[in-house]
Amino acid sequence: MSGIEETVESVQVNEDKEFDVEVEEHIEDEFAVDPTRYIFYRDRKEWADLEPVPQDDGPNPVVKIAYSEKFSDVYDYFRALLKNDEKTERAFALTADAIDLNAANYTVWHYRRVLLQALSKDLKEEMKYITNIIEEQPKNYQVWHHRRMVVEWLNDPSEELRFIADILSQDAKNYHAWQHRQWVIQEYKLWDNELEFVENLLEEDVRNNSAWNQRHFVISHTTGFSDPAVVEREIQYCLNQIRKAPHNESAWNYLKGMLQDRGLSSQPGLLERVLELKETHCSPYLLAFLFDCYEDALENITQKEKVEEEEQKETLRKALEICRLLAQEKDTIRKEYWEFLGRSLRNKYGNGALSDEPMAENPEPSISASQSQEAS
Amino acid sequence: MDNMPNPLRCFREQQSAEMFLDDGVETVTSVEQKKVEQSIQEVMSVYKQIHSLPQPTLLREQHYQYLKKGLRHLSDAYECLDASRPWLCFWILHSLELLQEPIPAAVASDVCQFLARCQSPTGGFAGGPGQHAHLAPTYAAVNALCIIGTDEAYNVIDREKLLDFLWSVKQPDGSFVMHVGGEVDVRSAYCAASVASLTNILTPKLFENTTNWILSCQNWEGGLSGVPGLEAHGGYTFCGTAALVILGKEHMLDLKALLRWVVSRQMRFEGGFQGRCNKLVDGCYSFWQAGLLPLLHRALYKEGESELSQQRWMFEQQALQEYILLCCQNPTGGLLDKPGKSRDFYHTCYCLSGLSIAQHFGNMDNHYEVILVYRNICAEYNLEAPTHPVYNICPEKVAQALQHFLRMPVPEVSRQPGGSGEDRPSDAAAASSSADLQS
Repeated sequence: MSGIEETVESVQVNEDKEFDVEVEEHIEDEFAVDPTRYIFYRDRKEWADLEPVPQDDGPNPVVKIAYSEKFSDVYDYFRALLKNDEKTERAFALTADAIDLNAANYTVWHYRRVLLQALSKDLKEEMKYITNIIEEQPKNYQVWHHRRMVVEWLNDPSEELRFIADILSQDAKNYHAWQHRQWVIQEYKLWDNELEFVENLLEEDVRNNSAWNQRHFVISHTTGFSDPAVVEREIQYCLNQIRKAPHNESAWNYLKGMLQDRGLSSQPGLLERVLELKETHCSPYLLAFLFDCYEDALENITQKEKVEEEEQKETLRKALEICRLLAQEKDTIRKEYWEFLGRSLRNKYGNGALSDEPMAENPEPSISASQSQEAS
Repeated sequence: MDNMPNPLRCFREQQSAEMFLDDGVETVTSVEQKKVEQSIQEVMSVYKQIHSLPQPTLLREQHYQYLKKGLRHLSDAYECLDASRPWLCFWILHSLELLQEPIPAAVASDVCQFLARCQSPTGGFAGGPGQHAHLAPTYAAVNALCIIGTDEAYNVIDREKLLDFLWSVKQPDGSFVMHVGGEVDVRSAYCAASVASLTNILTPKLFENTTNWILSCQNWEGGLSGVPGLEAHGGYTFCGTAALVILGKEHMLDLKALLRWVVSRQMRFEGGFQGRCNKLVDGCYSFWQAGLLPLLHRALYKEGESELSQQRWMFEQQALQEYILLCCQNPTGGLLDKPGKSRDFYHTCYCLSGLSIAQHFGNMDNHYEVILVYRNICAEYNLEAPTHPVYNICPEKVAQALQHFLRMPVPEVSRQPGGSGEDRPSDAAAASSSADLQS
C-alpha cells in the first residue's frame, strides 16, 4: 500500500535543506563559518545538558539499518527527549529534524502534536509547515493525518479544497489527497462546488477513476440516485463519455455501479441504447454490460408475472453467447471467470432449472482424488 | 510427456491485440498505460531474442542472497523504513519461507529477541525499539514470529498486553485506529483480526460493529476502499475481505460484485494486476488482488455455489506467473513493481506471495499446482511453498500457531474502548470463533 513501498528506494537525500544551526564564533575573519553548515546535536552547546539515548537493537541486531551520522544523532536526542518527557521549544524544533529524516515516524509526529498543545504553538504556522511537507511527500500517511488534526484544532477548513486541488494537479489520483478531501467536505459540509470540480477533472482525464468515484460520492450525499431526473442525467453523461472514449472502463463501471441496486433492467430504453452503441463503439466493457442487463432481466423474469418461456430462453441464449465471446475472443484474460458465469447462469436458468429436476451442466470434469497437474 | 514446446501466453500472436486502445483520446491515464505496455513489450521481446526456448526462471539463488543479507544489514536507503522494521522482518522471512530456504536457528532467535525489543510495554509492537505500538508492525511482528514458529517465538508475544492494545485502538463505530492518536482505515481491522485470531485473544466484543464498518467500505465498484466513500483499491479490498473471513462474515459482502471487480483488475496485456481501475500494473498486487480469488472461491463455495472450478482460481494464473518471472525480477536478486523500478523487500515479499497463489490451487478435496511447463524440469524448479491466503504465511505455520495458542485461555480484558475499568468475564465461546480460521 502506498506509504511503504512508494518511499523505499526512491528516497532522496535532500541536500539543500535549511538547518537549525547556531552560528559559531569567528575563529578568524578569513575563515568565517558558513552559517548554514549543519551541526550535530551532540556538538550544540544548548543541548549539552541532555544525554543522548542510543537505539537498543540488542547484541545481535537484525534488519539493522546503516543510519547516517546525522540520522543517529537526531534520533539519539529524540529518544532522550521522549525518555524525559521534555516539552520545550528545543524539543519541538528537533521534531522537525526527525521528521525530515523520516516522515513516516509516527512516534515523532505524535510527540510533535503533544508539544503543539503543551507549548500553545501557533497553529497557523503549523499549517504552513505541514503544507510544505505534504508538497514534498504527498504519499505519506502521517503528514495527511497531521494536517487533519491541525485543521480540526483550528476548526478552519478554508484552505483545504484549494490545497488539495493543488496536490491533485500534480497527481490526480493521490489516494490520501482524495481521502482528506472527502473528510473535509463531509465534516464542514462543503458540497456546493464539488460536482463542478469533478467535472473539470473528468474533462482533463475522463479515465480518472478517482474523479468518477468522487462524482458518485457527491451525488450520493446530495441529491442521491433515487431521483429519476438525476439518474437520466447521469446515464446521459456516461453515454456521452463512452461515445468519446469507448474503451474507458471507468465510465462503464460508473454506469453499472449507479444502476445495479435498482437493477439494470429497471431503466427503460437503456438496453436498446447500449445495443445501438455495440455497432460502432463496441468493447469488452460494453459486452459485459449487456451480459449484466440480460442477467438482471432473467433475475426479474422469475419474480414478475409469467413471461414467455421463449423470451426467457432467448435472453439466456444471448447472455451465454456473450460469455462465450468474452471468454474465447474478447476478454480471454478473464476466461475462467466468464466460463464460470456461463456455467452458473446455465445452472440457474438453463433447461434443467426450468423443470423440477435440477440439472447441473458442468462441462468441466469433476475430479475427486488429490493430484498434481501441470498447465498446458 | 509432451514433446511440443509450450509457448508462453505472452508470446502468442494475439497478444499485441490486447494493448490499450485510447480511442484517439489521449489523457494522462492512457499515456502512462501505453508507456508501461511499451516497456513490457520490450522486456518480452528481449527475452524472446535471448532465449530460443522460453523458460522463465525464478532466480532463487540471487533472491536468497539478497534476502539473507537484508535480514542482517540494510543500507541507509532504508532510513525511511526505520519505523517499519518488523515489516522488514516479515517481508524477508516470508520470502525465505516461500523459497523454501531454512532460517538458521541463531538468526531465528535473533529475530525473536529483536521483535521482543519492538514490543511496547503497553502492548502491541512498534516500528522499532522505543517507538509507540502500531497495528501494522504488530501484524508484521506476529506473522514473523509465527513463521519462526518456535516456542521462543511464540513466547515473545505478551497476549494480555496485546489485547489491551487492541482495545486501546478500537473505536465505537467498529473501526480501529492504526495507533493511539492515529488514522482509521480498513487495514487496521485486518491487522487486529489477524493477530487476535492467531494468538487466540479474539472475542466477539472486540469486533463489535467491525463487520458493519468493513461492509460499508464496499462501494459502487464492487471492491473495498480504505474508508467508506473512497475508490476501491486492491490493498484495502484484501484487508477488508480477509478480515471478514477471519470474523466468519465474508458472506455479507456482495461477493458477485467483488468478484467482478477483482477479476477486472488483471491487465489483459501485462498479465499482472493493477491496484485500481485505470491505474498501472504493479507486482505487489499479485498478492493483494490475486490473493482475493482463493478467498472468494471458498466464500462462494460456502454459499452453495456449485459451478466453481475444481482446478483453477478465477484469474489467469499463467499470465500472472509470466508477468512476475519475466518483468518483476531483478537479475541481482529481489523483485519489483514493474520494469524500470528498483527492487525492495516489500515487492520481493508480495511478488513471491502472488507467484505462490498463482502456482497453487487447493480446495477441500484437491490440490493442484499450475506451474509453467517447459520441455525440461525448469518448471518444477520455480515451484514455491504454498501461502495461506488470509494470513500470507505458510499454511503449516498458521496451523501450528493456532494449535499453540488455542491451548491457552483467552485473556480477560481490563478495559473497554474509552477506558473504563469494567472487568468482563473471559468468553469461552470465543474459542469457537477461531474455528473459522482455517481455510
